[in-house]
Amino acid sequence: MSAKPLLRRTAAVALAGLARAVTGVRPIWQGCAPSDRQRIYFANHASHGDFILLSACLPPQERERTRAVAGADYWRKNRIRHVLARDILNTVLVDRNWVERKDDPMTIMLDVLKDGHSLIIFPEGTRNMTDESLLRFRSGIYNLALARPDVELIPCWIENMSRVLPKGAFLPVPLLCRVVFGEPVMLGAGEDRHAFLDRSRQALLELNPEHQRALERG
Amino acid sequence: MAETIWLFLGLLAVLTVASAIATVLGWKSTRKGDALPSTLVNLNARIKAWWIMIAAISIAFLFGKGGVILLFAFVSFAALREYVTLTHTRRGDHWILLGMFLVIIPVQYYLLWIDWYGLFAIFVPVYCFLAMPALTAISGDTARFLERVSEQQWGIMLSVYCISHVPALLTLAIPGFEGKGLLLIAFLIATVQGSDVLQYVFGKLFGKRKVAPKISPSKTWEGLVGGIISASLLGAALFWLSPFTPLQAGLMAALSCIMGFFGGLVASAIKRDRGVKDWGHMIEGHGGMLDRADSLVFAAPVFFHIVRYFWA
Repeated sequence: MSAKPLLRRTAAVALAGLARAVTGVRPIWQGCAPSDRQRIYFANHASHGDFILLSACLPPQERERTRAVAGADYWRKNRIRHVLARDILNTVLVDRNWVERKDDPMTIMLDVLKDGHSLIIFPEGTRNMTDESLLRFRSGIYNLALARPDVELIPCWIENMSRVLPKGAFLPVPLLCRVVFGEPVMLGAGEDRHAFLDRSRQALLELNPEHQRALERG
Repeated sequence: MAETIWLFLGLLAVLTVASAIATVLGWKSTRKGDALPSTLVNLNARIKAWWIMIAAISIAFLFGKGGVILLFAFVSFAALREYVTLTHTRRGDHWILLGMFLVIIPVQYYLLWIDWYGLFAIFVPVYCFLAMPALTAISGDTARFLERVSEQQWGIMLSVYCISHVPALLTLAIPGFEGKGLLLIAFLIATVQGSDVLQYVFGKLFGKRKVAPKISPSKTWEGLVGGIISASLLGAALFWLSPFTPLQAGLMAALSCIMGFFGGLVASAIKRDRGVKDWGHMIEGHGGMLDRADSLVFAAPVFFHIVRYFWA
């Protein structure tokens, strides 16, 4: 066995432990239960800690085969980032710049799914720095749903992580976090891209406890 | 110390009896074929958590002063984390928030370790009180400024300053009671937490009239009065842990319990304002750290200063 998988596994265990120690994170399995089925977890994105937090909530076996999709332009910018993303965090790097890109992100993601991995994706495409709770979704999630209807799409609302580790911050503030897992979203027969993007975004938004509280208040 | 051994044997006995009662109650209700009622499920979780909490305190006591200081620094950390989670924070607060956890908590407890009472007493209410709004102002974000600053101040006062007065009892030089500070801490914790448990028991058994129906549905006059009287008797019976006479011990226990009741009431008001039932989920059956420590937050500083004034 080469050193890299061992390094990865150690890093994954250490990061999950750290995430739990700092944020006391708890998974709330609201619309689904942990399972062996291959899945695509899609979540809101405002912090580098997001995917570490999400994977810390998964059962160990599922965590080991789940890989996060991240922007190649950001993670290839310098050597340290690249080594971190490729060797330690084991992310799937895709090019977001669709004018100049060499490899098609869809091909890369579908290949990883074909290898039996589960994926974590952030359909907003970037970290959300606005006051809006969720940005518009990019098309990737629709294309994945279309190409692999057998893989469950699970909405996951990540609570508080943007306060723990905001963009540009290096040290995390210890605050309690939760990840709410919702009901799987399936592409309807003949459902078009816009409708599906809206519907999956809405499904994620509805898991936000603040959204639920606002509804209760009317 | 013989007292310590008696104390922990006593606690062991109380917990064993509690676990036995809960088991018998469990048998009774499941024999009828029903599922365990939720009160009983919660009671079991609470008793189990008590075993763990008592174990943690015992281990800290084994390590003496350092162990107790570390234990309460951790209590402060967990309490502050729960508190800050419920407050409004903005991106500009990041450094202040980090400082609360990485600077204020370690410094406050380090001052206890080196026995520098003068600075311990004013570090939070003077220096942090002034430095925190100054640093927040420098960050340049004035949105909800007063609200953010006040919430930070409150958090530090409740979760760090007040809680640190429990281990601060170790620094008191009480004539004729040298080297027994740990026992005084045990006395305070036993009476305040005992009062919580007794208020819960009396409330469940006899509770009818609510003290503050808008704030907490579980706090009743029957529970409050029964809890305070019985906890005062408990305090008087534990006088041998303290420099007090039995009568003084009973009065100190009564005072701590009344303060503890107010602590619980204030904590409930904050939770109600923020629309949550519990502070967190750290201690199963109880909720978060602050759900268990809220009474200690209010009782500890008052207990400390009265002992300091009259006995030290």
